[in-house]
Amino acid sequence: MEDIIEKEDIEIKTSIAIPGNVSSMTAPPRTIKIKADSLNCYFGKVHAIKNVSLTIPENSVVAIIGPSGCGKSTFLRSINRMHELVPDSRIIGSLTLDGKDIYGMDAVTVRKRIGMVFQKPNPFPTMSIFDNVAAGLRMNGMGNKKEIAEIVERSLVQAALWNEVKDSLSKSGVSLSGGQQQRLCIARTLAVNPEVILMDEPASALDPLSTAKIEELIHALKHRYTVVIVTHNMQQAARVSDATAFFYMGELIEYDETKKIFTMPAKKQTEDYITGRFG
Amino acid sequence: MVSSSRLELTAEPKIAMQNFGDSLFKYLTTFFAALVLLLIGVMAYEMYATSSLSIEKFGWSFLTSSEWDPVMEQYGALPFIYGTLVSSLLALILALPVGVGIAVFLTELAPPWLERPFSFIVELLAGIPSIVYGLWGFFVMVPWIRSSVEPFLSENFGFIPLFEGAPYGVGMLAAGVILSIMVLPIIASISRDVLNAVPVSQKEAALALGSTRWEATRIAISYSRSGILGATILGLGRALGETMAVTMVIGNRPEIKLSLFEPGYTMASVLANEFTEATSEMYISALIEIALVLFIVAILVNAIARLLVWSFTRTSNVGGRL
Repeated sequence: MEDIIEKEDIEIKTSIAIPGNVSSMTAPPRTIKIKADSLNCYFGKVHAIKNVSLTIPENSVVAIIGPSGCGKSTFLRSINRMHELVPDSRIIGSLTLDGKDIYGMDAVTVRKRIGMVFQKPNPFPTMSIFDNVAAGLRMNGMGNKKEIAEIVERSLVQAALWNEVKDSLSKSGVSLSGGQQQRLCIARTLAVNPEVILMDEPASALDPLSTAKIEELIHALKHRYTVVIVTHNMQQAARVSDATAFFYMGELIEYDETKKIFTMPAKKQTEDYITGRFG
Repeated sequence: MVSSSRLELTAEPKIAMQNFGDSLFKYLTTFFAALVLLLIGVMAYEMYATSSLSIEKFGWSFLTSSEWDPVMEQYGALPFIYGTLVSSLLALILALPVGVGIAVFLTELAPPWLERPFSFIVELLAGIPSIVYGLWGFFVMVPWIRSSVEPFLSENFGFIPLFEGAPYGVGMLAAGVILSIMVLPIIASISRDVLNAVPVSQKEAALALGSTRWEATRIAISYSRSGILGATILGLGRALGETMAVTMVIGNRPEIKLSLFEPGYTMASVLANEFTEATSEMYISALIEIALVLFIVAILVNAIARLLVWSFTRTSNVGGRL
């Protein structure tokens, strides 16, 4: 059993090196940003993630797909330790960020470095658009008004929302449409300047047009950040990601270059899921 | 579908009878609801009519004069209005942070096995009869305030006019403290419910930004601020009308003094204390006018507070219109 896992781990590492080298000649060889090694997650007696090992290269978009309840959200949440909000959660195995143990760091520090965008837009309703984006900065103790204003503008520009809200920054964050709210949440995450952005089905509550905007945004974000996105929408995974991981029943079934997963998956389970035979 | 079934209903005489029952039911419940309004109207009118003697004699000066002299038949209600408002305000200032603190502890920090029994104990405080609070206040709290709290305050903060003068024990401070204990369960339990209703997504949003537990809690409090304001208003409602416990510890002297150490008087207390000894018609009339003022103040405070809640409550659109 142990042997097989290690073998898979090695396979994944070798295969994931491919997209970096193929996609552009000038791109530097990709360094590993996040590495999970035989990661197990329990909620009470429920074994939600079983022996997952994978590596996420820097400045890439990794999509996690799989049927509901397969553990993909749990895996995502274990990366920035958000699963700890569930009282009797437990982690066994190792998870590292830049080679350093995520579970050896302070959770607050981890979450500053690894931002998260949620399924449903969740701006702070009592705050203005400006304050929503500035919230993270102020929490982290930034007091310089000019600096805050600059970062807020830059983050809104990055989140492709600036042009729509620049004249109404003092309006409530919840006065925006659902798609705009989600981009506001992305801007809020960007403002803290994380290294990794986790997205938990960020477009599943949005209309097709807003979804397209979010996807464009993810493309643009890749240049500065490492993005891990959980999605139910396989076309979305195919469109936005460099590599795709397929989870089933808490196990990582297959992890490879996105193109390969969607054209010639190695495992039959992956093929069945992608072609819609189950899930 | 609805309209067709309605046609069938009217076609059958038996069901027409049921419809009669329905309309009877409707008028009966409407009548009960109207009864409440009627009752308030009758009460207000009755108080106005019986206090007409004093209203005619003193006019507006009843509200602005601080002379209360049954022997000379001179009646001014200002000290009582002042006492009611100041003691209630003091109670809120003391109870709000503690109440919200209890609510935050119960919703955010307490281990799950502690939450229920602790909430139960807090709510139990609301069930204690006010005379018991009064007795406890008079025999336990007042001596403690006289011997420890007031000397401490006057020694360290005596330069503030609020804490000037000799420590009597009974007085505005004692009234404020006892009232704050009495409104605490209301503020704590409603704030707890309101904080429990904050969506998990809000806390997650804060935590995912790298906030500490305290910062995430602040976000939750800010999210539920209109609810906490509502809780405070309900507490204020109780404090304004509270009679027995306050009467026993406030000192019952119709004077307006800035210092919280000095005895005061509230509208409810003067009614409870003096209505048995009110012999002359003018005396009774003046007391009933105080009741009318208390009635109006209570309604006004509640109305202003409701308006505040409405202005704070924004139509929440978290997640957007879909």
